Amino acid sequence: MTYIAKPKFQHPGLPKNELGYTHRDYEGKVSTLCAGCGHDSITASIIEACYELSIEPHRVAKISGIGCSSKTPDYFLGNSHGFNSVHGRMPSVLTGANLANRDLIYLGVSGDGDSASIGFGQFAHSIRRAVNMTYIVENNGVYGLTKGQFSATADRGSKSKKGVMNTDNAIDLVAIALQLGASFVARSFSGDKSQLVPLIAAAIRHKGAAFIDVISPCIAFNNHAGSTKSFDYVREHNDAVNRLDVLTGRDPITVEYAPGTVQVVEQHDGTRLALRKIDADYDANDRLAAMTFLQKHAAKGQVVTGLLYVDPDAEDLHTHLDTVETPLNTLEAKDLCPGSAALEKINASLR
Amino acid sequence: MSVKSPISSVNDFVVRFANVNGSGSASANELFARSILRHGVPVSPRNIFPSNIQGLPTWYEVRVTEAGHLGARGGVDLMVAMNPQTWDKDVASIEPGGYLFYDSTKPMPSSKFRADITVIGVPLTAITNSTYTDPRQRQLFKNIIYLGALCALLDLDPKLVEQLIGEQYKGKEKLLSSNVHALHLGRDWALQNLKCPIGLQVKKSDKVGDRIFMEGNSAAALGAVYGGATVCAWYPITPSSSVAEAFTSHCKKLRHDPETGKAKYAIVQGEDELASIGIVIGASWNGARAFTATSGPGISLMTEFIGLSYFAEIPAVIMNIQRAGPSTGMPTRTQQCDIIACAYASHGDTKHVLLFPEDPAEAFEFAAQSFDLAERLQTMIFLMLDLDIGMNHRLCRPLKWDDARQYDRGKVMTAEMLDEPGRDFGRYLDVDGDGIPYRTYPGTHPTKGSFFTRGTSRDRYARYSEEGAIYADNMQRLVRKFETAQDMVPRPLQANAAKPTKYGVIYFGSTSPAMDEAIGILEARGHQLDRLRIRAFPFHSSVASFIADHDFVYVVEQNRDGQLRQLIVNENGIDPVRLVPILHYDGTPITARFIANAIGDHQDHLKVTPLRKAVS
Repeated sequence: MTYIAKPKFQHPGLPKNELGYTHRDYEGKVSTLCAGCGHDSITASIIEACYELSIEPHRVAKISGIGCSSKTPDYFLGNSHGFNSVHGRMPSVLTGANLANRDLIYLGVSGDGDSASIGFGQFAHSIRRAVNMTYIVENNGVYGLTKGQFSATADRGSKSKKGVMNTDNAIDLVAIALQLGASFVARSFSGDKSQLVPLIAAAIRHKGAAFIDVISPCIAFNNHAGSTKSFDYVREHNDAVNRLDVLTGRDPITVEYAPGTVQVVEQHDGTRLALRKIDADYDANDRLAAMTFLQKHAAKGQVVTGLLYVDPDAEDLHTHLDTVETPLNTLEAKDLCPGSAALEKINASLR
Repeated sequence: MSVKSPISSVNDFVVRFANVNGSGSASANELFARSILRHGVPVSPRNIFPSNIQGLPTWYEVRVTEAGHLGARGGVDLMVAMNPQTWDKDVASIEPGGYLFYDSTKPMPSSKFRADITVIGVPLTAITNSTYTDPRQRQLFKNIIYLGALCALLDLDPKLVEQLIGEQYKGKEKLLSSNVHALHLGRDWALQNLKCPIGLQVKKSDKVGDRIFMEGNSAAALGAVYGGATVCAWYPITPSSSVAEAFTSHCKKLRHDPETGKAKYAIVQGEDELASIGIVIGASWNGARAFTATSGPGISLMTEFIGLSYFAEIPAVIMNIQRAGPSTGMPTRTQQCDIIACAYASHGDTKHVLLFPEDPAEAFEFAAQSFDLAERLQTMIFLMLDLDIGMNHRLCRPLKWDDARQYDRGKVMTAEMLDEPGRDFGRYLDVDGDGIPYRTYPGTHPTKGSFFTRGTSRDRYARYSEEGAIYADNMQRLVRKFETAQDMVPRPLQANAAKPTKYGVIYFGSTSPAMDEAIGILEARGHQLDRLRIRAFPFHSSVASFIADHDFVYVVEQNRDGQLRQLIVNENGIDPVRLVPILHYDGTPITARFIANAIGDHQDHLKVTPLRKAVS
């Protein structure tokens, strides 16, 4: 349905953000996914988060792999460049793009087939390299485009639409991301926009590898009884550890929080993350504790959501490579070419 | 043991060192080759090494060649046999009348030698053990001691060797003096105990000129520095790893901001070849010049991305340092065996630009040029080296750079251009009729010029489409673009025989020095051949006309299936009968002797008098 043009008309009264953009300026083409698809809710949340952060819409690079989730970058930020690359390879393409121009915002959109199966290696290595990105997995536990095969994130014991039992163990991408040193790790649910939007906003403002696993039910192939990725199942088993408010700008925190219930984390760029604790024992700055907490709750069949871990002082790949501040793609011959005099010296050393 | 006619030759012979991998012999052997160069005598050294870290046999061959024949010659005149594992084979490989140099510390039965060669024994272990106590020192200095003995035997000027050692250990006085000491230990022993010099001798000459001595991989990496590459992603694989390693060391010296010390480049060792090419494509999509270096197995892994580069039109450079395939093949042996795999890499209808440098100097030039071509043509460019060029020091003309040269960044629409009145941006719109559309870098303009890059079919405005006519229109434009490439890539070089001839020969890449030498041998046998060295694919129109101008054209290449010949037949619609394959594919570098024999025999066969003439 990408050939159906969206009307360009905008209601003159639409609210505008700090840069004067409306929601419509962050939208893309009409979605071709199934009506009711969880992925479209994530798309809406990305639009909302970018609007709220007053990001210049063209300063984002949207990169994806192959699959339903990977189609979605066409449906948001229509003024941004998008790259629907090859299956499972979004992380490497994003890494390269990021190396070329450190000044853009990199949004990687992937699915569970894309990131937990064919691209499991690339997912892992982009995380351990600390690429500065927001890596969103739209996780429905199923291959939608090829009509309903299990993916590697499907829980053992869950049933397919045809009634087949999955006997393989599930890969928990959040657990892996934590283990590999992602400096921002969250899980959310496409049906909980109020939780998801601030998580995406905080991830975008995070410097380092930010990973968000979003459970996103597949309305066509994985929303039945017996599935552990259905709307009903996730609602019943959602165990949110905190709620997040992202505070940009220098304004003092105006929201009243009961003492001891909020943890404020300041990120590199000055954004403050106010974490309203739901589980009083949960500390989002403790990576090891987060890993244990997740395992314990997963064993009980609970889907732990919220901002699970954040390291506000994280470094990224550019820091590790000690690259110049100027984007590499803007360097010219005068910056890059050592010239004939240097070459003469090299020649002399080779005689 | 003496023979009647030991080989007698000045500045024209082959020395082969048989060593054990990991014994530290490489630097001593390279020192040997360099010292001969310092005498003004060209050398052509080759590493023949196993896929192993320590323990397996390795050889280093030095062809001393006043005439400047830089191809492998074949045969050995002096064998420095330092490896008991390969003794029998090594002794057997010596030319009749040749020389065998060995460690005579332990007596050897006479059955282990040959009667038709000169045997030179030096008690290397005994000399070493009586001088050094540390086992590591014993091993390393033994190599320098045999180098010293060779100095005496071949009449090398010890001052020139000392000078080289001095340059190598500049600032490390202790190492310098101990190496010089070991050199003289060996030399003095030989002068006192052996008849020096032997029939093989090095005399000072002036045939090296201003040429440089360099490995192709290092030259290609330097070409990438000069060509403006800022992103390199790679995965280690023999024989290409030294490209990325050389790029790293060149960048450390040449590419740090003088004020901040920060790097004007990014090098990532990927988790595999898929990630490496993915990083390259992501970086190129975003406007950086990026490349990877790999070998055959890596090409196989990268093919999906190569197809994306072709179809989505993303510039990229792959340096393929070819080794013997198929599969893991012979990882440390040379071949030109990925021509078809690269020319048509990936599923569906694809064609890619290939460049074939002949030596390090051309590897440097073509590497730099490949980034201009990639960005101008918005497609994948393969720089096709092989192990023979890549991992051996080769004497070549000095590297040159014109400081007035600017990078050709290709058709990139800027924000200012997008704002020009009447300007229409379609990512796949053929504005100029050359098949090359305009692209924009991500983040260029708030409202104009963005597009969605995809490997799926789309229209001229990058909108998804499965319409047959739209798909075919795009595929036809890609054909046009490939035709445009024909006149941009390096042209073939033709050299005609002294007399008019009906026969020609086509060759490329590392075959070059052996071919040049073979032409001389063939001329001496009365065979005249016009030569065409192909330097790129797509083929320039002069390839077809060269073939049309001759009755037969030999196509000399280092693979089993005549891959370049197939490509010429396929792309130019040539009758295969007119192209005679001359194929060398045992993993060793092709030699002039091989080419001259194969072509000479074929030519002799053509000259057989027809039967009816003979009887009449």
